[in-house]
Amino acid sequence: MSGPELEPRPGWVADDVRAEYPELRLLVLPVDARPSRSPPEVRRRLRELSDRFRGAQAVALRRSPVPWAYRVFFRQIGLDPDVSRTPIEAAAVDRLIRGGWRSDNLLDDALTIALVETGVPLWALDAGPVQGELGIRTATAGEPLGRAAAQPLRLPAGRLVVADARTPLAVLFGDLANGHGVDRKTERMVLFTVAVAGVPAIHVEEALYSCAETLLGT
Amino acid sequence: MAAIDETVQRPVLTPVIPLVEVDEAAARRTLRDQVAKLEAELSASFVAAYPRKGIEFLVSGRGGPRMLSLGDLERLRDDLAHRVQEARRTLDDRAEVEDRHRLLIEEMLRDPARYKWVRVSNEDIGEPGCRHWHVRPRLGPIGMLMGWWRVKISSGCPLATAGPQ
Repeated sequence: MSGPELEPRPGWVADDVRAEYPELRLLVLPVDARPSRSPPEVRRRLRELSDRFRGAQAVALRRSPVPWAYRVFFRQIGLDPDVSRTPIEAAAVDRLIRGGWRSDNLLDDALTIALVETGVPLWALDAGPVQGELGIRTATAGEPLGRAAAQPLRLPAGRLVVADARTPLAVLFGDLANGHGVDRKTERMVLFTVAVAGVPAIHVEEALYSCAETLLGT
Repeated sequence: MAAIDETVQRPVLTPVIPLVEVDEAAARRTLRDQVAKLEAELSASFVAAYPRKGIEFLVSGRGGPRMLSLGDLERLRDDLAHRVQEARRTLDDRAEVEDRHRLLIEEMLRDPARYKWVRVSNEDIGEPGCRHWHVRPRLGPIGMLMGWWRVKISSGCPLATAGPQ
């Protein structure tokens, strides 16, 4: 399954956030992988997943335990899952509209494969600019999202974010900060996932391992 | 036995006003549980509603992602409860109409001449697909004159064709 270097580690969750959502967890997995094109076997795997996924599954998705758990959490943090879709539902809609999950690049394909197989969403950051451990907290009023862009997005007070020791790097279940995503210059990535109440730990770890293994070609 | 004078010193009881502390965290926890339950019911209705159209399942968000206050959670809970109730009522109403259409199909098949030109589609009975039951005369005008009526069941959706060049 995974070598000793592939060991997901828990990120921190701020006290006030943990008090409100005791089962909210962030798991982080650094991966020594660089962005590249998908090899044929990854493209084939994506195609096979597309072929196995039908419209009826998309409709019934919200009654499956893991997608449902994310829907509930979306509600509980003030998101409407029919507008800001949960990642697995967004992938399902994408599959139905485009007729299949198209291969973009190795990272996006690996993230999609892990998401579709487990229902657990993953994100990847460029490990270079990340300082300290990742965690979940609330933003202060006007706090910048990321520090790489010249004019970063300013966050409203209380916005739930994924942050490193210095600044928010992503809105929780939202966009990554400009300049912190993986690009051609990335030497190393940090995968992270957010687990909510009702999502078994095994699914979460499996999602991280699956993504990392696809990236590393193991 | 000698009588013993005892003076019992009773403590003076002063009324104690209980200090009522509202545990907002517990209230929010309860509301979040209710939101989870209602979301499950709404999801169940959504799945049961397929392929019917025109049933509203949207419950607007609260400007997240953020930690919702007690008031936000209460409003969300109420909106969800309202939406679940509405969806159920609409589904029940539709189910009643669909049952009537199913009965109509049976009667059409039993006695087509009574239901001349009546047409019932899959959509009318809450099922996917383009099939429909249509009472039409056999052999066109001759059947009309002779009273030879039958139910024609269409074979399904038309095949996809290329659009205009």
